[in-house]
Amino acid sequence: MTETSSSVRISTGTRIYLYLSLSLVAAIVLVPLVTTALGGFKTLGDLRLNPFGLPDEWVWSNYLDILFGDRYWRQMMNSLIIACMTVFLTLVVSSMAAFCFAHMRFFGSNQLLNYFLIGLMFPAATAILPLFIRIRDLGLLDSYWGVILPQVAFGLGMSILLFRNYFRNLPEELFQAAFVDGCGYIRFFWYISLPLSRPIVATVGIVTFVSSWNSYILPLIMLNTESKYPWPLGIMVYRGEFGTDWQLVLAFITLTILPTIIVFFLAQKHIIAGLTAGAVKS
Amino acid sequence: MTDMTATAGNRPGIDALRMTKYKSPTARGRLPALITFLPPALLLFTLFVILPMGEAAWYSLYRWNGYGTPTEFVGTRNFQVLFNNAAFSTALINNGLIIVISILLQIPLAIWLAVMLSRRIAGVVAFRMVFFLPYVLADVAAGLIWRFVYDGDYGLFAAIAGFFGVATPYVLADRDLAIYAVLAVIIWKYFGFHMMLFIAGLQALDKSVMEAAEIDGATGWQRFRYVTLPLLGSTVRLSVFFAIIGSLQLFDLIMPLTGGGPSNSTQTMVTFLYTYGVTRMQVGLGSAVGVVLFVICVTIAFGYKRIFMRHD
Repeated sequence: MTETSSSVRISTGTRIYLYLSLSLVAAIVLVPLVTTALGGFKTLGDLRLNPFGLPDEWVWSNYLDILFGDRYWRQMMNSLIIACMTVFLTLVVSSMAAFCFAHMRFFGSNQLLNYFLIGLMFPAATAILPLFIRIRDLGLLDSYWGVILPQVAFGLGMSILLFRNYFRNLPEELFQAAFVDGCGYIRFFWYISLPLSRPIVATVGIVTFVSSWNSYILPLIMLNTESKYPWPLGIMVYRGEFGTDWQLVLAFITLTILPTIIVFFLAQKHIIAGLTAGAVKS
Repeated sequence: MTDMTATAGNRPGIDALRMTKYKSPTARGRLPALITFLPPALLLFTLFVILPMGEAAWYSLYRWNGYGTPTEFVGTRNFQVLFNNAAFSTALINNGLIIVISILLQIPLAIWLAVMLSRRIAGVVAFRMVFFLPYVLADVAAGLIWRFVYDGDYGLFAAIAGFFGVATPYVLADRDLAIYAVLAVIIWKYFGFHMMLFIAGLQALDKSVMEAAEIDGATGWQRFRYVTLPLLGSTVRLSVFFAIIGSLQLFDLIMPLTGGGPSNSTQTMVTFLYTYGVTRMQVGLGSAVGVVLFVICVTIAFGYKRIFMRHD
């Protein structure tokens, strides 16, 4: 790709303008986050007099108390279990269904694909009350499954579409060779399609994990025992309990978003690509 | 399943395939594959997506507290109640306002940043990462962080007001200001996502058109206005589409900030559904909101794509 001459030689004036603008926006993004993290190191009085700056004296106990209690870790575990199960089930169920749509024409196959694509059109919130009643009648209320199964179901439309498009673009010769060699559909799926689909598994996996890890409305409605709460629910309860003890709430917020931030910095390329591709392609 | 290589060795390979001009091979195990691969997805999807949506349409015609079976048929009463409800009107207006603000402020901001970040300067990757960071954070966490920022006693706003010596504003408690405070957080949270769309859009542009414009003596602004922007049309339409979808399902961000208050001034359709439908177990009314939301979503999904995105 050739660069235009203007992008090779940028005048000093332009350069200053660019960096000033970009830094200003970066500051608006970062200041709330940094103040939150620093606020966790302050006493309430310090926070009141000086919310912006460095702590007067660094109070480690806000953070340490949370880290040595089991509440924080329990919420993280709950979120992790729910997110991992959701990702695993979504990958298995949607890749299998997508395989059928990619390689087989059967009675009503197009209609059936469109049926799944209805799921792309509306959010889970639309049907949240009937969903609640259904989960209650199935006896899954207040269990991880009550959150996992609807999450998987509402992600199916997008995941099936992404998998199907990817499977269809695998070279045709692979199939013919394998089929002539006597390999059936199921083995083909397991030994050829899946191993070749790592990029799309990553995309679907990242999108599903992030949305499950951050999800709030489904667990809010399906769970009512605090020991089962994933962190977005737990953080709201914590804030409700400690009300205006902002230094504790800030420390708790910082610790709950810390894993996201660390993973994002380590794998930002894949995460940005996965989240935007997941949205655009579907 | 492990004898695949062995089988492959005994049979004619790819060369044989080429020689016999094999056409549309019929593989074994079509039916078993269909029978094992489709039902799990079909079952989950029908049970937790399609049936609940159908039930929402059914329940919306009843007055029901969610126990036993719905018997008290009220026809379209729930919808009448809904459209005469001031809080629901506010919710609809707010959802519209969020879309308008996204189009007027967020998308231009995203384009501006994307254009800057497509220049060859040092630190582009770092800036891109910082701008995308709020999008990765959970809405609930972002909402709570901004609740602190806006806090009249401890927050940044209090400090800024104190610095200028004016009375501390309690933005989130002000009926007229709260929705704008929420809008600012929405932009803070989502501009990075839209910016990434435009960065991808810019990368896909044909650079030679730009060069031609430059050789013809177009200034930077002219190049942007008459060359880049028209070529970004499909990305703009995509970005507007995401802004609409995002607005319609907005809930997680509102709850920690205002919970829909003060006096319902920051309700959206989904927070309204939660406040009046779920917490009070008014299944009929809540389902009616769901039906309205569904109709809007489907209309937009079909209408928008048909009208604005048919060439994309």
